[in-house]
Amino acid sequence: MSEAGAPAVDPIHQFHIKVLQPFDIFGVDASFTNSALFMAIGALAVFFIMLIGTSGRKIVPTRLQATAEMAYEFVADMVRSVCGESGMKFFPLVFSLFMFVLACNLIGLWPYTYEVMAQIIITAGLAFSIILLTILYGIYKHGFHWFGLFKPSGVMPALLPFIIVIEILSFISRPVSLSVRLFANMLAGHIMLVVFGGFCVMLLGAGYSYLAPLPLLGITVLTAFELLVSVLQAYVFAVLTCVYINDALHPGH
Amino acid sequence: MATQGAEGHAAGTEVPAGPAHEDVFPPFDSTYFAPQLIWLALIFGTLYLLMSKVALPRVAGIFSTRKQAIADDLAAARKAQEAAAAAAAAHEKTLAGAKAKAQALGQQAHAEAAAAADASRGKLEAELGAKLTEAETKIAETKTAAMANVDAIAVEVAHAILQRITGRAADPKAVVDAVAAAKA
Repeated sequence: MSEAGAPAVDPIHQFHIKVLQPFDIFGVDASFTNSALFMAIGALAVFFIMLIGTSGRKIVPTRLQATAEMAYEFVADMVRSVCGESGMKFFPLVFSLFMFVLACNLIGLWPYTYEVMAQIIITAGLAFSIILLTILYGIYKHGFHWFGLFKPSGVMPALLPFIIVIEILSFISRPVSLSVRLFANMLAGHIMLVVFGGFCVMLLGAGYSYLAPLPLLGITVLTAFELLVSVLQAYVFAVLTCVYINDALHPGH
Repeated sequence: MATQGAEGHAAGTEVPAGPAHEDVFPPFDSTYFAPQLIWLALIFGTLYLLMSKVALPRVAGIFSTRKQAIADDLAAARKAQEAAAAAAAAHEKTLAGAKAKAQALGQQAHAEAAAAADASRGKLEAELGAKLTEAETKIAETKTAAMANVDAIAVEVAHAILQRITGRAADPKAVVDAVAAAKA
């Protein structure tokens, strides 16, 4: 969202990184920034729901514990339905990913906060780690067999080279699409919100105050829409992670 | 401020951020790639460890405890139901036994009472019969006595009538015979 004290409407301004506490580890910049702060807040929110909420271990759950249980069952069902029972060893990873992305997205919707997932390096960091993990696990589990992922069965031998090239290209594009999808959705949504807010301010400033409620209404609708996008993108990110993990577990089409 | 690059809309009143990367689109600003990745790894790694080692096993534990508790409760309920059914059957049995006993007692009492009543009635009837026969014999005796008296009276009356009519005493033996013949 737009910062207080920035009267001119710059929709990009909200994505600026601010160094809160400079750090330096062996010459590498490891400063604590606003992005890191809101990552920590998102992780803390997940921590709060999942650890504080379940600390009572109630047979009849409290509201917070019921939330934690619902999140658990939702992601567990997702992993089980996509990867099967053997994929459950990746359940903690998928769960952490889903909850982390969801918490960051929802917190980022709050005014004056920071949308971490609108940073391409964050989504790319997550996506490339996932793909690297699936490659390493696939090779560890299936050895050379894993490369059969790129060779679909039942294809005409003449077409095979093209198909293999296409398969490899599609595999390489996985982390890119996974990271860019989340990044672009969150970036575009947050830009839209500020642009509409800017319309509102500009109409008021130009004396068309009777028109100003229109973009305000637009912001209301957009915020609801962004809420949907935030949850949906977290879900899509988690489901695609499951699909890629499934390919590592069961290669071969 | 960098008013050069602003095309009309941004009036160059931005909060001073960094000097070198002012006109870079912030998400693509590689200056902050390293610190963001480091903190992402740190924060997400911690979150992953907490989730996989503590939170998720705990939730799984809660689920299994709940399942166990429900199963236990159901088993206890089933057991209680069986006990209740057994108690009901025992109660029914006791009731039936008591009923049978009561019936037997009633019948016995009835039979005893009937026997006693029969006995007393028999006795009474016998007594009454004895009295009746006694009375009958008495009546018969009285009757015969009376009848004997009647003969004497008839003889006497016949004597008196004959004396009046004939003026003399009649033969007593003949009168007695005549009375006896008339009586027969």
